Amino acid sequence: MKIHKYDTVIVGAGGAGMRAAIEATKRSRTAVLTKLYPTRSHTGAAQGGMAAALANVEEDNWEWHTFDTVKGGDYLVDQDAAEILAKEAIDSVLDLEKMGLPFNRTPDGTIDQRRFGGHSRNHGEAPVRRSCYAADRTGHMILQTLYQNCVKEGVEFFNEFYVLDQLITEVDGVKKSAGVVAYELATGEIHVFQAKAVIYASGGCGKFFKVTSNAHTLTGDGQAAVYRRGLPLEDMEFFQFHPTGIWRMGILLTEGARGEGGILRNKDGERFMEKYAPVMKDLASRDVVSRSIYTEIREGRGCGPEGDHVYLDLTHLPPEQLDAKLPDITEFARTYLGIEPYTDPIPIQPTAHYAMGGIPTNVEGEVLADNTTVVPGLYAAGEVACVSVHGANRLGTNSLLDINVFGRRAGIAAAEYSATADFVELPEDPAKLVQEQVERLRTATGSERVTEIRKELQETMDANVMVFRTEQTIKTAVEKIGELRERYLNVSIQDKGKRFNTDLLEAIELGNLLDLAEVMAVSALARKESRGGHYREDYPNRDDVNFMRHTMAYREVGDDGAESIRLDYKPVVQTRYQPMERKY
Amino acid sequence: MATPTLDKAAEAGQPEPGFADSPYITVTFRIRRFNPEVSEEASWQDFQLEIDPKERVLDALHKIKWELDGSLTFRRSCAHGICGSDAMRINGRNRLACKTLIKDINPEKPITVEAIKGLTVLKDLVVDMEPFFQAYRDVMPFLITTGNEPTRERRQSAEDRERFDDTTKCILCAACTSSCPVFWNDGQYFGPAAIVNAHRFIFDSRDEGGEQRLEILNDKDGVWRCRTTFNCSEACPRGIEVTKAIQEVKRALITRRF
Repeated sequence: MKIHKYDTVIVGAGGAGMRAAIEATKRSRTAVLTKLYPTRSHTGAAQGGMAAALANVEEDNWEWHTFDTVKGGDYLVDQDAAEILAKEAIDSVLDLEKMGLPFNRTPDGTIDQRRFGGHSRNHGEAPVRRSCYAADRTGHMILQTLYQNCVKEGVEFFNEFYVLDQLITEVDGVKKSAGVVAYELATGEIHVFQAKAVIYASGGCGKFFKVTSNAHTLTGDGQAAVYRRGLPLEDMEFFQFHPTGIWRMGILLTEGARGEGGILRNKDGERFMEKYAPVMKDLASRDVVSRSIYTEIREGRGCGPEGDHVYLDLTHLPPEQLDAKLPDITEFARTYLGIEPYTDPIPIQPTAHYAMGGIPTNVEGEVLADNTTVVPGLYAAGEVACVSVHGANRLGTNSLLDINVFGRRAGIAAAEYSATADFVELPEDPAKLVQEQVERLRTATGSERVTEIRKELQETMDANVMVFRTEQTIKTAVEKIGELRERYLNVSIQDKGKRFNTDLLEAIELGNLLDLAEVMAVSALARKESRGGHYREDYPNRDDVNFMRHTMAYREVGDDGAESIRLDYKPVVQTRYQPMERKY
Repeated sequence: MATPTLDKAAEAGQPEPGFADSPYITVTFRIRRFNPEVSEEASWQDFQLEIDPKERVLDALHKIKWELDGSLTFRRSCAHGICGSDAMRINGRNRLACKTLIKDINPEKPITVEAIKGLTVLKDLVVDMEPFFQAYRDVMPFLITTGNEPTRERRQSAEDRERFDDTTKCILCAACTSSCPVFWNDGQYFGPAAIVNAHRFIFDSRDEGGEQRLEILNDKDGVWRCRTTFNCSEACPRGIEVTKAIQEVKRALITRRF
């Protein structure tokens, strides 16, 4: 076991982690621990753009952007945070441009902008061009630009270091972050990083679904690490299903395709979104479009022999426009489906895409231990966190924005904290939990296999807690997850070695997914209303009287060692927008 | 050598045999294995799978890892050609496993899969990427400007933006660099990927560090080592015209115009 000491430790090297690292490195001695090489992060898979009311191509302002964000999130958004997001969006985009990001340009050389779902002019009047983009590879460009600037700033990376535990020490009755424990993939060695400040920026947890746009590596490692140490997770029942994933594969096809004029059609060729969202049509918010697609499928208007998908039609758009604005997604259609998007519509279905919930933070990125108490020295930003700027449903292009605005804020706040704070003493035997976990898995002889449990988990999540949910389906999921968690205790792996043991890694990742899936299902069961991405067929309406509040889920361990989930609730911050009925 | 097999149809309990349109075919994957914890010698191992040929080579590797041999080791993440983790040598050619469909590489014969060349193999298909990233960092792959920053964005015409569009697509997967015979023989050579990333900035109208980067690439291990074999362009999973980019850098070095 090795012990390292840094002022600031950042967990994860995607957009939020690297944006934080650029700030933190300038101000404090910083290490970035990442289970993947930095440019492998799933930020690179984001396509359509980053929202900011630059007003480069038409009238726009950050106040409209705030409103759209609040409405898009079905009023569960904390409005003070949404205001910061929309206001700081403008400088965030300009900062990236100055760092070198090659945005698409307008004829007069400024950053070009295009339409995106849920973004509107003057509080819902009509779609507005707010998304700043670089073809359909905006996330790739952001990730590359941030890495380039990390190289420039000399950011210190520990690549393929997998953080498995959050260390917390109680000082004078206050729980403080003391550091993290990481597993080095190349050698199997365990490292303790003592740090004054720790920032989690480790991404989402979509891999508990089967059809998902998420990378194999998005297994909720950060959320699980803090949750196991008794800290809460907020709004985990809210998961976004992106309307246009490649049929059966789940690979993302950007909403920018509809922003450029693409149309969703059912088996009769009908533009069905006109029925569900007369004003915004195909550019309604994602939860609305995904539900509409499944309604078409359920009512027998799906495409294909099994009627299990609909079409994204780009055939009326000029090939030059597709080549210039959507080169990557048209190539995906050719590579994976053998379809030519110039002439044929693309079969799509909703795909599990984004966790609105996560580790609760305030607007400085400080992690909360309950509804109000900050954990000194602990920060989170990006998909792993819940500020909450996305509420019950995130708008497209607001996540690339989130990682930049709140990644930067967390980086600055953490470094400023570590400039004045002292190191917190490490707990006794700090690596104990991780050593035991790794040793147990490496020597286990049980008959259960990781792959089988993961498959059953993904199938039950797809079947029971996806776009449509009921008390019955959620209960089925809770029961199944409980059974899988039992079976997980009896799991064994084949690779017993220390060097690059990805077999072991996958077993640990599965444990994280199981924990988070349970939190998600239990939180969903208790929310007896429909709001944003959480749609209950048995409670089809939003219920502001009883449920205009954030869910806070805590792990509790009884005297007998039995684990359970305790749910609590936190008020939503409302400033200027009163909840209204949501229509697009 | 023993050949572990897996019958997908039987496993799923599906009455596949008898269905003329069963999508599954039997494919042999011949994988170069290496694990110094077990043996200092690398060796080939065959795996037979029942698999839909429309699936990706990455799907086949997962099937082997998840159902036959958990010790098979490779990197992967996004699984659709954007993260750059899974460059490997498939049937003797560098490709991304997640962008290569089995049907496109003649599944009638054994499909060989091995680590990319020119970088030290650490285990099975995993190589040491550090020398590759060091070469990238050495070309100063970031925007260099002087003077005060503008309040708003720097202006750039669509034409100027187009000038370096091709080289912005790079995902740092190393398929190009590890397909280059010069790089195989001399690890000191910067390699195509580093030059591509230098190109991305040299030809960016906003950048003012072109001269410095050209000097770096004028080194004995710089662009002049390129022998124009086009392996890199063929290997690039993003369709970047790598050799062309290298030629443009060479020309800029001669004319000092860019």
